[in-house]
Amino acid sequence: MTKFVSICIQTLTLGSLYALIALGYTLVYGILRFINFAHSDVVTFGAWIAFVVAGALGWAGTGSPVFAMPVILALAMGAAALLGFSIERLAYRPLRRAPRLNVLITAIGVSLLLQNAGQLDYLFGTQPQRMPRLLSEAPLFTIADVRVPTVDVVLVLLAAVLVVALQWLVFRTKLGRSMRAVSWNDQTAALMGIPVDRVVSITFMIGSAMAAAGGVLYGLKYRQLNQTADAVWVLLGLKAFVAAVVGGIGNVRGAVGGAFLLAGVEMFAAAYRTPQLRDVYVFGVLIAVLLFLPAGLFGKATVEKV
Amino acid sequence: MAEAASAPRPVASPGFGGAVARSLWPILVGFALAYAIQMALAPMLPDFYGKLLVDIGIAIVLGVSLGIVNGFAGQFSLGHAGFMAIGGYTAAAIVYYGSIKLFGTKAIYGGSLGPGELLLLAGCIAGGLLAAAAGWLVGLPSLRLSGDYLAIVTLGFGEIVRVLLQQTDDVVVAQAKAEATDWWRLLDNLGGGLGFIGGPRYIDAKNPFWVWLVVVVVCLVAYRMKYSNRGRQLLAVRENEIAAEAMGIRTTRAKVSAFMWSAFFAGVGGGLYAHELGNSLRPADLGFQKSIDIVIIVVLGGMGSISGVCIAAVAVTLLPEVFRSFSEYRMIVYALALILMMILRPQGLLGVKELWEVEWRDVGRSIGALPAWLGRAPGRAVAWLGGVGRDLARLPARVVSVFTGRDPDDEEGDA
Repeated sequence: MTKFVSICIQTLTLGSLYALIALGYTLVYGILRFINFAHSDVVTFGAWIAFVVAGALGWAGTGSPVFAMPVILALAMGAAALLGFSIERLAYRPLRRAPRLNVLITAIGVSLLLQNAGQLDYLFGTQPQRMPRLLSEAPLFTIADVRVPTVDVVLVLLAAVLVVALQWLVFRTKLGRSMRAVSWNDQTAALMGIPVDRVVSITFMIGSAMAAAGGVLYGLKYRQLNQTADAVWVLLGLKAFVAAVVGGIGNVRGAVGGAFLLAGVEMFAAAYRTPQLRDVYVFGVLIAVLLFLPAGLFGKATVEKV
Repeated sequence: MAEAASAPRPVASPGFGGAVARSLWPILVGFALAYAIQMALAPMLPDFYGKLLVDIGIAIVLGVSLGIVNGFAGQFSLGHAGFMAIGGYTAAAIVYYGSIKLFGTKAIYGGSLGPGELLLLAGCIAGGLLAAAAGWLVGLPSLRLSGDYLAIVTLGFGEIVRVLLQQTDDVVVAQAKAEATDWWRLLDNLGGGLGFIGGPRYIDAKNPFWVWLVVVVVCLVAYRMKYSNRGRQLLAVRENEIAAEAMGIRTTRAKVSAFMWSAFFAGVGGGLYAHELGNSLRPADLGFQKSIDIVIIVVLGGMGSISGVCIAAVAVTLLPEVFRSFSEYRMIVYALALILMMILRPQGLLGVKELWEVEWRDVGRSIGALPAWLGRAPGRAVAWLGGVGRDLARLPARVVSVFTGRDPDDEEGDA
């Protein structure tokens, strides 16, 4: 029982992280219909920026003020939003009308560029670092003999707030309505007076900020910060993408559902089956979903128009 | 009478013997070419260049094989290294354990075209077949869907292969123990994370024969495929899948078969890679990065051009050797090359054309126009960067407008 509850809590935290990252994939896919391969690198950059900012502000030890974490998180999210804006403006916008394969290759190019530029000595370097302990790992409360650390609680609450805020933004605001209109048909949206380029830019910025939040929280929870091309980080982004596909890509609620489902599969399979094969289970779920429910668990099947 | 005269004359059928001869001569020429490289070129070259020659050959095999699915069919695979790994490990297991069981030695057995090398050939073909089977398994679900899914599924597939290979047991080093164990019990002894070590290395700077034989075969198969009914189908699928389907092409079938051919040659290439002197067969070496290296070759060379891919394979293999002191910038340069290529020349170096189909007059005209283009380039770059800068300057107002609902670019406001 204790083990079960403990894994449930781990699923909740990991699922929140996946949800934050998956939302960025799904927003961009929904609006531009392509997989933003560079998204996982924005996650990594967000975490590294937080590390650099924390070091620069001297908030590396245990004696940091309470507001250190929110300030660092906000700065990292802002910087990642700028990064997302620049990526879209410089690399993707010239290809807005190009075939999807070309955009996909460009996205891979951007991803490679970020991974390898991040490893340069005067940026982040190739040494793995430890994220400063900005959130306490002391238990906040206990459920069924499982002590829940503060960092987990803060992480889940923060992710929930961000996800709800995004829901509100997409479904309750004028910007959200423009985003949905562009996603439905960008040319008609342009004719209706919606500034498509600006909507796309802002979508990228929102997605990148969420990704940075995911990266920072991942770093705070697991306390590891590997080089930017490290397989752990690339896989983190990939699994979040799988979550978006499992939930039905382009579907905001589906991404959240898929994230928790995937985190559950990963955590329970790792705990009750072979832990080394957790990534294999994740991609197994992806292939099974594509075989039987190509539109995802929460997505509607769409007919491709000529 | 007039109608009968204008009717096309039937082409003389070559007959069975003629057909066989016509199919066989390119293979014979290829065999002769590979043998000539082996006998004439390789002994002259110092070992450093000999190894480069082998590396170029393997890069061509991998690039052209990826070009079948990426270039002809327009499907994006990011798991080519996974197929390479399947082929490489299969071939390595067959050659290593096979040598012990058949010849009683772990070392190279027999000379040129001797029994050891034939075992290598059998291992490579078996590895290719297994990789093709894996390609069928992976391709069938994902190729029914649009292109992006294949990219992500093949990426996941490559990772699965890597993780599974890392879980295997150590290689059985003791010869007596390997001889005493049944062969199917050895299937799990593939070396794990350390890699498959200790197999005989048949391919080296002085023995590039098998690599270049496979180069000739893969180029021939790709060429025949491109200019046959099958290749036309693939190009049609690539250009417009819905239109191709409306023309009666079974698109899924065409894509899956192209994918299997591609996987087969990737497996053979992996088998060759596994037996090259100086290469280590480790799961970590055959991961995502390796797949990307091959993708770069295809994209730069031209998606759909065999000769273009060959040129790119040579360039991508040689450039790191030339610019060894800039090695940390190597991937950055490739990444920028990919992005700029997609913006400025999305079809790659040669596009779908082959080297001998290029209109050199057009090339000459383009080169003649180059100075003028370069002259205008700084101005355009400045204008473009100015646009980006203007957008950046307006960014804060625009972000605020998200919350206020006021449009900063609209002087009258939208109230």
